Amino acid sequence: MITMENVSKSYKVAKRNAGFGEAVKSLFHREYETIHALKNVSFTIGDGEMVGYIGPNGAGKSSTIKILSGILTPDGGTVLVDGRVPYKDRIRHVKEIGVVFGQRSQLWWDIPVIDSFELLKDIYSISPQSYKQNLEELTDLLDLKELLRSPTRQLSLGQRMRCELAASLLHDPKILFLDEPTIGLDAVSKLAVREFIRKRNKLHGTTVLLTTHDMQDIEALSDRIILIGKGEILMDGTLDDIKKGNETIDETVAELYRSFDV
Amino acid sequence: MKNPFSEKPIRSTKKTSALKLWMRYVGINVRCAMQYKMSFFMMVLGQFFVSFSVFLGIYFMFQRFHSVKGYSYNEVLLCYATILMEFSLAEMTARGFDSFSSMVRTGSFDQVLVRPRNEVLQVLGSKFELTRIGRMLQALLMFVYAIPRCGVDWNFAKAVTLLFMLIGGTALFSGIFMIYAAFCFFTLEGLEFMNVFTDGAKEHGKYPIDVYGKKMLLFGTFFVPYALVQYYPLCYVIGKSDNPLYIFLPLLAILFLIPSYLFWRFGVRRYCSSGS
Repeated sequence: MITMENVSKSYKVAKRNAGFGEAVKSLFHREYETIHALKNVSFTIGDGEMVGYIGPNGAGKSSTIKILSGILTPDGGTVLVDGRVPYKDRIRHVKEIGVVFGQRSQLWWDIPVIDSFELLKDIYSISPQSYKQNLEELTDLLDLKELLRSPTRQLSLGQRMRCELAASLLHDPKILFLDEPTIGLDAVSKLAVREFIRKRNKLHGTTVLLTTHDMQDIEALSDRIILIGKGEILMDGTLDDIKKGNETIDETVAELYRSFDV
Repeated sequence: MKNPFSEKPIRSTKKTSALKLWMRYVGINVRCAMQYKMSFFMMVLGQFFVSFSVFLGIYFMFQRFHSVKGYSYNEVLLCYATILMEFSLAEMTARGFDSFSSMVRTGSFDQVLVRPRNEVLQVLGSKFELTRIGRMLQALLMFVYAIPRCGVDWNFAKAVTLLFMLIGGTALFSGIFMIYAAFCFFTLEGLEFMNVFTDGAKEHGKYPIDVYGKKMLLFGTFFVPYALVQYYPLCYVIGKSDNPLYIFLPLLAILFLIPSYLFWRFGVRRYCSSGS
């Protein structure tokens, strides 16, 4: 169970105009602007739910994921994940979650994927028998057999993403946070990733919160959608709630963004 | 759907020890380095010759002057070999801190924070710079040359002092690297002026610190405790002082890790990630 209540987070960002003179000036006197990444964000996600978290760039999606995974400390509000406060109880918390940042890799670049997995086994102190079992299952479902022995740098993006998913699930977490897991993937890889996430949710009852810009992801994966814009939750409901007639999901969401002016 | 994996595996309760995990990290780093064989050997060679040129500097200096403020050539070599070894050991093991600014900027520190282990251990593990054995080799050669020739009547206490110097000095430099890294939480960039305390100290540390005057000695005793791992124990080893307290002063320098760690913790709490 994930609960966020009136969570807010703001950043201080330095600003200056273009030009060399301005750059020099900003060395001595800097103007700051406060960006409110999250404003009173509240929602609850039950066990085993799959929730799509959508919103335009800079809406606060990543900030939310980072707060929920214990990376960032919110300025205010309460966050509880299975009774833990992520940023206060980091180590105990992250044992129970899996996180994938689509834009970053958690695998070691120069060595075969299996070596990275072996290291994760030690980081999470996974017992040999559960490691073996989990690895077998993940290899099977994600079709990793041929990939495990290649260095990460030689994998295609789609292949890498499948390995990333496996890496985040080796310790069998109950909750999975996915930050843009399908970004930049080709059609086949996208389908494979979606299919896998759905299976994982069904077989293990894993709670999944995923952010994405790909509305087909949402259509294929989640019944529930949370829409965030300019740091505020604008909508929390099902796909059917927002869909009108037979417009495509992209049109629906674009319409939604426009109507909320985000 | 039938689920062949529905049986939950038993969760491991025994935590992998920090040392074992660190060894694993080292193993991975070594394997990574092996991937680029040529680059690796060139780096080792380069590291060796960088320090070798410093050695040449000392050599030619003593061709002319024979002693610097009462220290003989072989004593200075002993001093330089010690500091070079300490610095290389620290740079090899604590390289993760030295290159920490890139970890903060690229956001890979986020990855560290979502793992259930201590952050320091993971940052240390992120980079183990094996190429520094080039420098160590240079230090070792100087030890081999200077130890029998520096006129020291070696006994157990003096050997232990030298060992303590190596331990204390490695800890001290690691602490400075940690502070350097912690600054990244506030500035995102590494602060180049911090190099004065690392590379600078290694370069100046080839001479016992009192060579630079009383003020530097005070600075090195009470502020950044270089003198504890270098000047005082060295005086004991080469017989300038027979205060037995000096044997243990290098171990006192290990305490420098405490403020370093506290500053690091302070930085981690201020961490505010970057990008998406």
